[in-house]
Amino acid sequence: MSMPNQYEQVTADTFLRGLWEENPVFVMLLGMCPALAVTNSAINAISMGLATTFVLVMSSALISIFRNFIPKQVRIVAYIVIIATFVTIVDYLIQAISLDLYNALGAFIQLIVANCVILGRAESYASRQKLGATIVNSFGSGIGFTIALLSMGAVREILGAGALFGVGIMPVGFEPWVVMVLPPGGFFVLGCWLIIFAWNKKRKEQAQLDGAVAGGQA
Amino acid sequence: MSETIPAVNVEDEVVVPAPPSFAMFRTLAVIAMLSGLFVVLIVQWANPYIAANKKAATEAAVFNVVPGASISKTFILEGDKLAVAPEGATGTLVYAGYDNAGSLIGMAIPGVATGYAGPVYVMFGYSPAKEAVIKYQILTMTETPGLGDKVVTDQKFLANFDNLVAKLNDAGTALANAIKTVPNKSKQHPWEIDAISGATITSTAVGNAINSSAQQLLPVIVKQLPLIREQGIKAEGAK
Repeated sequence: MSMPNQYEQVTADTFLRGLWEENPVFVMLLGMCPALAVTNSAINAISMGLATTFVLVMSSALISIFRNFIPKQVRIVAYIVIIATFVTIVDYLIQAISLDLYNALGAFIQLIVANCVILGRAESYASRQKLGATIVNSFGSGIGFTIALLSMGAVREILGAGALFGVGIMPVGFEPWVVMVLPPGGFFVLGCWLIIFAWNKKRKEQAQLDGAVAGGQA
Repeated sequence: MSETIPAVNVEDEVVVPAPPSFAMFRTLAVIAMLSGLFVVLIVQWANPYIAANKKAATEAAVFNVVPGASISKTFILEGDKLAVAPEGATGTLVYAGYDNAGSLIGMAIPGVATGYAGPVYVMFGYSPAKEAVIKYQILTMTETPGLGDKVVTDQKFLANFDNLVAKLNDAGTALANAIKTVPNKSKQHPWEIDAISGATITSTAVGNAINSSAQQLLPVIVKQLPLIREQGIKAEGAK
């Protein structure tokens, strides 16, 4: 079944949108569960981000290939099965690469199945666009997700453990704020990042408005 | 959202009739089969690597908790006796660590107990000469990073296990004093473990895991020390 559609031309924006304008975590507020749960250290955040990116790109690609073949009524089931397949693959890949990393990420690898960044991309992009554009766009989203997780993980690790990537960087007398590596710390840091993004957006809108007013007067 | 992606036109969709159930069935069947194929392929490919990783991790743990050991041998618990475990054996396993000359340095004994977020698997070294636990490490756990996982890094906590007394009672049937975790900074006896403040549940799990394994296995191990020593000399001779 084909939908009335317009295919997007692949441009730099196809990729870059996911990083900033449509950042899954900071702008679209998707994938909050891993963003809060596994960002207590920078290395966990990066590993989780990359694992999610892999699943996101692979499942979006497959969904894009099958997009005209999946009836609308069963699309969610089909997406979940495809996503779960790639999550299982990532799960085994990580176990084969490093048991330590596997132990560090714990149950959150399996929970990628329920990550709404992936389902969101499948529903709003992969099911409507050609393979090439889908790969570029979902890769951008994945990298945006990774960057968002890393920016939370870095702040939380620095404040909560006085270290970055496990290397101590704070002065000797620094007393770690343990709350930062606990669940409440995730909410605090996420809130602060959202404030920064919202403030930046407001500032841009205001500048545009001022520009328009100035233009009208001229 | 970018304007280049048009919203789905709802009116257009209403006139499209629902596809026959066969189409849905066919789609799901094909996707499920493909998915099954992928999963089987990756499991087939990854299993040897995972088994090798696990074996290497166990071996590394044995040499870590029995410092100075360079040869290891696996024993399996059969009733109340130990026997040399065949390759790939499953059951209650203990590992003996020998030095280059084949003399026994210590035993590496695994244990498990429930922590804060799931089971905590540990491996600890037991020295028959000192009648004490000499070192321990975590094998796997899912404890809270930054708190529970301090049991891996906290030097003061690790020092508990430098010489944690694990002496058997006179009858040789159980520990004379059960190993237990006590609240932070209240350790009084050499068989007590000082918990980490903020990670008490995980610290207690480590203590429980060591205690239950020691209570069960140390009486057997101590009784069978001649056999374990003999195997070491054989292993050295075979080299």
